[in-house]
Amino acid sequence: MKVAIFIPCYINQFYPQVAIATLELLEKLGLTVSYPEKQTCCGQPMANAGFEHLTGSCNNLFIENFSGYDYIISPSGSCVLHIKDHLHSSIKEQDAISMRAKVYELTEFLTDILQVKNITSKFYHKVGLHQSCHGQRGLKLSQMSELVAPAFSKPEHLLRMVEGLELVPLDRKDECCGFGGTFCVGEEAVSVKMGKDRVADHLQYGAEFITANDMSCLMHLEGILKRQKSPTKVIHIAEILNAGV
Amino acid sequence: MATDTTIMNHTTTSDHATLADKFNLDEPRVDWHDKTLWFIRKKRDKAAAQVPDWEQLRESASQIKNNVLSNLHSYLLEFEKNAQKNGITVHWAVTAKEHNQIVHSIIQEKGIAQVVKSKSMLTEECHLNEYLLAQGIEVIDTDLGERIVQLAGEPPSHIVLPCIHWKKEEIGELFSRHLGTPEGNSDPQFLTTAARIHLRQHFLSSRLAITGVNFAVAETGEIVVCTNEGNADLGVQLADVHIACMGIEKIIPQRKHLGIFLRLLARSATGQPITTYSSHFQRPRKGQEMHIVLVDNGRSERLASNDFRNALKCIRCGACMNTCPVYRRSGGHSYRYAIAGPIGAILAPGLDMEKHADLPFASTLCGSCSHVCPVKIDIHDQLYKWRQVLVKNGHVSGTKKVGMKGLAFILSHPGLYSRAGAVGRWLMKHVPGLINNKFNPWYKQREMPDVPKQSFTKWYQQNRISK
Amino acid sequence: MSSRERILEAVKKNQPNGLPLLPIASASPAATDLAQKFIRALGNIGGTAIEVESWDEIPLYLADRFSAKTRWVNMIPELGNMSTADAFEDPHVLENVTLSILKGHFGVAENGAVWITDERMGDRALPFICEHLALVIHSDDIFNTLHEAYEHIGASPYSFGTFIAGPSKTADIEQSLVLGAHGPKSMTVFLQRKR
Repeated sequence: MKVAIFIPCYINQFYPQVAIATLELLEKLGLTVSYPEKQTCCGQPMANAGFEHLTGSCNNLFIENFSGYDYIISPSGSCVLHIKDHLHSSIKEQDAISMRAKVYELTEFLTDILQVKNITSKFYHKVGLHQSCHGQRGLKLSQMSELVAPAFSKPEHLLRMVEGLELVPLDRKDECCGFGGTFCVGEEAVSVKMGKDRVADHLQYGAEFITANDMSCLMHLEGILKRQKSPTKVIHIAEILNAGV
Repeated sequence: MATDTTIMNHTTTSDHATLADKFNLDEPRVDWHDKTLWFIRKKRDKAAAQVPDWEQLRESASQIKNNVLSNLHSYLLEFEKNAQKNGITVHWAVTAKEHNQIVHSIIQEKGIAQVVKSKSMLTEECHLNEYLLAQGIEVIDTDLGERIVQLAGEPPSHIVLPCIHWKKEEIGELFSRHLGTPEGNSDPQFLTTAARIHLRQHFLSSRLAITGVNFAVAETGEIVVCTNEGNADLGVQLADVHIACMGIEKIIPQRKHLGIFLRLLARSATGQPITTYSSHFQRPRKGQEMHIVLVDNGRSERLASNDFRNALKCIRCGACMNTCPVYRRSGGHSYRYAIAGPIGAILAPGLDMEKHADLPFASTLCGSCSHVCPVKIDIHDQLYKWRQVLVKNGHVSGTKKVGMKGLAFILSHPGLYSRAGAVGRWLMKHVPGLINNKFNPWYKQREMPDVPKQSFTKWYQQNRISK
Repeated sequence: MSSRERILEAVKKNQPNGLPLLPIASASPAATDLAQKFIRALGNIGGTAIEVESWDEIPLYLADRFSAKTRWVNMIPELGNMSTADAFEDPHVLENVTLSILKGHFGVAENGAVWITDERMGDRALPFICEHLALVIHSDDIFNTLHEAYEHIGASPYSFGTFIAGPSKTADIEQSLVLGAHGPKSMTVFLQRKR
């Protein structure tokens, strides 16, 4: 299979280690992975701010970069959801439509496509799993607490394969962290309060690390943790799955 | 027994972010508000889990409401015909003002000066109380929560729990001022009993009762009113005239559909299996006049919109408010509209785009609301769509527009994007003060991310391409 | 053009294409021991359920709890001393009723509610204005959910009907549950085994 990775803009610029972990992990699982270098962004920051009409060129660039691949994998639930829901092109709509079906978030690719049964990774720490909203409710990466339906969780399923990792319980398993794109600065007070509450939930159960499918959530929580001078760190799930080998 | 007659006007120039900022100055209070509403969300979860076919019920309710919206014309006619056959007078109001005028004329015709009213978000939407007050008619809100905010001169902050933002000590103090209860008494049982005695006098003396309508059944012409307190029923049964006010979208096709909606409503709202009273008014009591006022106020217009029509399915349960992490941490008054929270944020801009341009942005689009909604309104999708509409109609700051255009340009040009990233990293590393200061809203309560030495693309080029 | 015409015209023009009304999917799986389920549900909402084998037990139970010196209004012929209609010309005179005893039609197990319609109320105000309410239903007349309840109600031509689930209540003051808001402060449901 022809596989490419799509690296969210803020991971590319500020958290390259997450992209490196994603690449290495997929290679360890036996894949040859391409990285189209001219990629930039999925367009979500503009679209969520009400400027979807400005994302045309961004979309076309995405289509151009990722044509010809069987799977496009990204370590970001929100970016993948955005592509799935909003990738359009005035010049290549058919390509856009078929591409939307080929985009996968990392953990769902591992559980659904590769059907990974074990992962050789060691992470001897207490970890809190933050359920990023778009991945959870949008991509159905795990069951949401709002529904009366059987529980499941793709990220949790993978984390339980990691040697030494202890998942801590949480009072509110899937409450939003408060990042929300431009919301994080447009509604700063509520955004931070939401983040502080999430952090407090993880800390009360002794989490040494907070992990998630989305680095945007983690960037926000990390900003709060660092301001609190907390020893607890954030780490993307790709980094945990790629750890200690 | 004086009542505070100044009703807070919703037309402040503050937007949600500013009001939410103020709300967050008292962090312990925010925690209290948030925890109280989250507790109600959890009660809802528990109640829903006890109904094995809960998700099927939601789907049925959603489909029934879809059917209602697509056949509203014939259902309205059917409802009117059946209600009239039962001796009910049916009125039609295009606007909120017309609704108020109709209600007023009925009251005035009878020479009545004081009326009792049970909870009706429709009357809140139309600002009925203010209107009647200006005509010299006193309206006594009989729902305990509504009476509390009425005495305080405020609008309700939640459609089901009107004074959820009030602490019992504050209510005790309010009652001691208005009802003469002993100062310092904040016992809920005691205060409720005091309110019972106080309001009973109004029930007994009032000749006209206004109620809302939870469901209006087209098939039979009956209306259903749900309360826990019994205030709607007590008011109506002691009155000579009953006026029931409803939005035209409150119709359901058949009586048996109540079996679906009544199973969903209270569980979604408060986690109760059913409200204490679910009263079905089909014919007025002997000697009583019964009126129903059907109100449009923008609903028929919204009906035309593929994107926003679904908001008309709302049964006003408030579940979206209880689950919304933003509502819980900003309070209903930050929304400046009769109906707050997620559903308010998709209704209000339809009525006044300029005034309520802030609301669709008061959200992280987490999607929790859509999945607790008993009628499956796609609330978070509508929030996203409203953002596009608002921007297209120019309801966004000039700086944001310019900023977004710039961002779109950079993100469409890979070379420029790389360079911009590199510049950003350089600045953050060498001139942190440029970014880490009070002008950067991120930095107010959060540290900026650490600066990596290179982007992933650069790393890839150095570590993989050369191979 | 009248407001009515304006609204109807706008609705007709704007409503989307018709979506069909699908039959309601059959409700919850059948439950057993509905009486016990009902009793538990009623207890959870602050009401009291008492199983009785004969009509005599009811006045005995009530006399134990409510003073005979207060005003009782009974609308159940089997319990005798039925109040006359004269007393109800004006519902305001019911203001001081301490206890009213009415016959309900049936109960609903999932929520502890009792369905009663106006011809059994004496006056429509009675179940709401009295201080305490007692309802009697037959212990076999209990449906599992509201779905079955409405199937049973069918096209019944009542003028006024209500589901009453427990005593009146409010939690408006800091979410503290208080029984006895504006309606009755207590509700007792007798599950009568004899018809």
